[in-house]
Amino acid sequence: MAIRNTAGSCPHVHKKIKAAFEAFDYQSNHTVDVRSIGTVVYSLGCFPSRPNLHDFVAEVGEDHTGYIHLDKFLPAMTKKPLMLFKVLDKEKKGYLESEELTKYLTQEGEPFSQGEMEEMLTALSDNDHIYYADYISQLIFDPDT
Amino acid sequence: MVSWDLIMGCGTSVATATQGKDEKTGRYDATTKTPSSALTIKAAVLIQRWFRRYMARLEMRRRYTWNIFQSIEYAGEQDQLQLSSFFSFMLNNVTHLNGNGPDLISKLMDSASDPWLENENCYNLVTVPETYTGPRLSFPLSVSDMNALLGAFKEQQTLHARYVLQLLHETRKLLKQMPNIIHLSTTYTKEITICGDLHGQLDDLLLIFYKNGLPSAETPYVFNGDFVDRGKNSVEVMVLLFAYLLLYPDYMHLNRGNHEDHLMNLRYGFTKEVMQKYKIHGCEILQLFQDVFSLLPIATIIDGKILIVHGGISDQTDLDFLSILERHKIKSALRFPQTTVEQLSIGQSSRQVKRIRSTDSSRPSSSRSHNIQRTPHQRERRCRPNRQDSSASTSSSSSSSSCSSISLCSLKTPPCFRPHPPHPSSPSGSVFQLPFLDSLSAPSPPQHEQEWKQIVDILWSDPKTLKGCCPNTFRGGGCYFGPDVTRRLLLQHGLQLLIRSHECKQEGYELCHSGQVITIFSASNYYEEGSNRGAYIKVGRELMPRFYQYQVSRSTRKLTLTQRVRAAEGSAFRALKEKLFTHRSELILGFQEYDHNNTGTILVSEWAQVLETGLRLDLPWRTLRPHLVRLASGGRVDYQSCFEDMEPGVPQVEVTPNLADALFRYRKDIEIIFSIIDKDQSGLISIEEFRHTWHLFSAHLGIKIDNRAIDDLARSIDFNKDGSIDFNEFLEAFRVVHKLDNKDQPVNRIIGKE
Repeated sequence: MAIRNTAGSCPHVHKKIKAAFEAFDYQSNHTVDVRSIGTVVYSLGCFPSRPNLHDFVAEVGEDHTGYIHLDKFLPAMTKKPLMLFKVLDKEKKGYLESEELTKYLTQEGEPFSQGEMEEMLTALSDNDHIYYADYISQLIFDPDT
Repeated sequence: MVSWDLIMGCGTSVATATQGKDEKTGRYDATTKTPSSALTIKAAVLIQRWFRRYMARLEMRRRYTWNIFQSIEYAGEQDQLQLSSFFSFMLNNVTHLNGNGPDLISKLMDSASDPWLENENCYNLVTVPETYTGPRLSFPLSVSDMNALLGAFKEQQTLHARYVLQLLHETRKLLKQMPNIIHLSTTYTKEITICGDLHGQLDDLLLIFYKNGLPSAETPYVFNGDFVDRGKNSVEVMVLLFAYLLLYPDYMHLNRGNHEDHLMNLRYGFTKEVMQKYKIHGCEILQLFQDVFSLLPIATIIDGKILIVHGGISDQTDLDFLSILERHKIKSALRFPQTTVEQLSIGQSSRQVKRIRSTDSSRPSSSRSHNIQRTPHQRERRCRPNRQDSSASTSSSSSSSSCSSISLCSLKTPPCFRPHPPHPSSPSGSVFQLPFLDSLSAPSPPQHEQEWKQIVDILWSDPKTLKGCCPNTFRGGGCYFGPDVTRRLLLQHGLQLLIRSHECKQEGYELCHSGQVITIFSASNYYEEGSNRGAYIKVGRELMPRFYQYQVSRSTRKLTLTQRVRAAEGSAFRALKEKLFTHRSELILGFQEYDHNNTGTILVSEWAQVLETGLRLDLPWRTLRPHLVRLASGGRVDYQSCFEDMEPGVPQVEVTPNLADALFRYRKDIEIIFSIIDKDQSGLISIEEFRHTWHLFSAHLGIKIDNRAIDDLARSIDFNKDGSIDFNEFLEAFRVVHKLDNKDQPVNRIIGKE
C-alpha cells in the first residue's frame, strides 16, 4: 500500500534499491565501484544510454574516489523521479489535477489512448488529485516483486 | 544537475531531443520549442513509458493470480469427484457402518424417498411462531410476496422453513410439467436477459434486478445454472429465483448447472448453509432441493437459434436425445447411475462386504501393498483420463495399475477386495471403477448410462481452441470441445450460437470459437474482491447479443487497480501456500531426491519440476518462484523456505506423521464425510463411526496408515470417554495457519473455505 511521505517513496522501494546496491557492495561499507553502478541501475529496471549513465555517475560520484556512496545513490534514485512530475506541476501544488495530467499525457510525447489514460487514473488515484510523490516510485521500481 | 530522465533511458527517441539541444546548459536550438515545453514533453514521454511498463507488469500479475485461483478451484473439483467415488464405494460395498453411515449417504445419494416429503401438505405441519418477524408468503405468490422477499433479503432476514418447504413443493410441482429443453421466442417479448453463474451471491442478483429490472413479461430472464454454492446466500438466491419462476413461469427460466447437485453442495457450502440457517428442518429442505435440482430443465433454446446450456457440449451431445430422456433420474452428475452399478455388482457385493468387515482391522497389509502402486506420476495420470483407453478399462482387470489411470472415479480398492480372477466376459472388474468421463465407450451403453453421460457433458464441459473433443482433465469432469464440435452441432440443428456459463471470466463474458460460443458469468468478485466483473446478456428479435457488465462493490472506499491486484494476488498466494503445505511431506520427498548432498537446496528447475508433478496445478512455477521460495546461492532455492509462512494448528493429540499428512491433505473430504455421518449436525460422531470412516477412507485413498494408529487416536480424542468425538474441534487442529497474517489486507475469501 502506498504510504504518503515527502520523500516520495515507500520504504520497500528504498529496500529494493538498497538491496540491489548492496549486492555489489563488496567491502560492506555502503559503497559500490563506479564501474558496477550501471549494473545496479539496470537491475532496477532503468535503461539509460551509456553517455547518460556516465553523466549520472559523474553527478552522484562527485568526489572521484572511484566509489559511489549509498547516501548519495539512494536519494538520487528515489527523489529525482519527482522532478519529472514537478515539471508538469507548474504551480508546485504537490499534486496534479487529473485533468492536468490527462492533458499532458494524451497530447504530449507518446500520447496515451483514452483507455490508457483511464487506466492510469484508476491505477494511481482514488480521486481527482494525483499526489504523484506517492506513486512515482512504484511506477518505476515495481516494489511488489 | 543531470536531468533524471537521462538515467531513465528516455533520450533520443523524442523528437525534440534529437534536435541538438543540451538541457544541461539550458541552450536550445532555434528550432526547438521553449525549454519548459521541451521538458514537459520529455517528462510526459518518461511517465508514459513507465506507466506502460507498469501496466504490463500489473497485467502479468493479474494473469497469474487468475491462474492460481482457477487451478486451485478445479483441483477442488477433482477432489470432489474422488470423494463421490468414495461414497459410491461405501454405498455399494458396505451395507451398514455401525448403524447410520451409509444409510445417510444413501439417503443423500439416492432419490428422496421420505414419504413425509412426498406428502403435498407436509409443510402445513410446520408452524410459524408468532415471534417470527421475517416475510410471510401466501400461495399462489403475488407481486407483493416478491416485494416482501426482496425487502427481507436486503435486510439479511431468513425465510422461515415452512415457506421454504412450501415454495420447494410448489416449484417441484411446476418443474415436473416442464420439458427438458425450454423453447423461447422473442416474438412476444422485447428482449430476453440471460445470466450466468450466481453462486449464492445475492448482491449480484439484486444488482442485476436493479439495473435490468425485476422479472416480468417485459423483462423475461434465463438463469443459466450454478445458483448455489460458494457464496453466503445460496438459499436466498434460490428462493428468489424459484419464487419468480412460480409467479411468472413464462418469463423466468432456469437451467440446471453442475452445482445444482447435492454432492457438489457438500463440498462447496450449500449443504452447510442450509443446515446453519435451518437447524430444525434442514434435512428436509436439503432433500427437497435435491429433488428440485434434478427436475430443473437442462437447456433453453431461443427462436430455434440460440442454445443455452450451463457447461457446453461434446461430440456426442444429441439434443434430440436430451429432449426425451428422463432428467430427474440424474440426481447427481457425480454419481454413476445406480442401476448400472447394481447390474454390474451382482454377486459381488455381498462377498465383498464380508471381506471388508473381516479385514478392516486385522489386515493393514492390504492397504500397504496397494500403496506401493501409488506414485505421484500415477496420480497425475489417473487425473488425465483418456477416452480411447476406456473400453479396455471397463473390461480389464481392475487390479492392473495401468487401467486405473483412465478412470477418474476409479475406486482405490485394496487388491484383496477385488474379485479375482475377473471373469473375462463379465463386467465385474468395473465394479470399483465407476468411470466418470468415459462411460460411453462401452460397446452398447445401457440407457441410463447414456442419459447420464449426455447430462454430464452438458453441465460440465468447457470450450477449447483446439479442434476435437477430449475429456476435461483440468476439472476432471465433462469434455473440452473444440470449434469443430461447436460448428457441427450448430449446423446439425440449424442453430447460430451457443451461450454457456460455468467458467469465471475477468470481464464477465468472453467470446470464442469465432464468436459461436459465448461464456456468460454473473458472479462478480468471484475469486476475490475485484477479481472479475459480472455480466449478463440481452438478446432481442435480431438475435444480436449485447453485454452488460457490472461489479458489486463491497467496500465503501474504491480501491485503485494496483491495490485490487495486490489484494487478489495476496490471497492467491495464501491459497497456493496452503496447498503447498498440505502436500508438504510428499513435496519434501520429491525435493530431497534432487538434493543429493543434503544441502537443503536444489536447482530452480528441479524445484519447479517437483511442484509440477506433485501438485498437478499447471502453473508457471518459475514465474511464481520469487513469491514462494527463497533463493540460495548458485541459482538454487532453499526448498524448506516454501513452507515457512505456514504452520499447522496445534493438535490436541499426538498423531503419527502419516496420519497428520492425510489429515492436512484430505481435511475437507474428511469433514464432509463426518458431517454426513453426523445426522443431527451436533458436531459429534461416535468413536466407532470415526474408526470405520478412517479405515474405509484410507483404504480408498490407498494411504498407508496403521489401523492401530487410528484406533489409538480415536480413543485418545474421546476426552470425556463418553464414546463420542467432537470432530470439528479435532479437524481444527489440522487447518493450515498463516504465521504472518497481514492485518492490512481486506478480509479475503479464500478458495475452498466457505
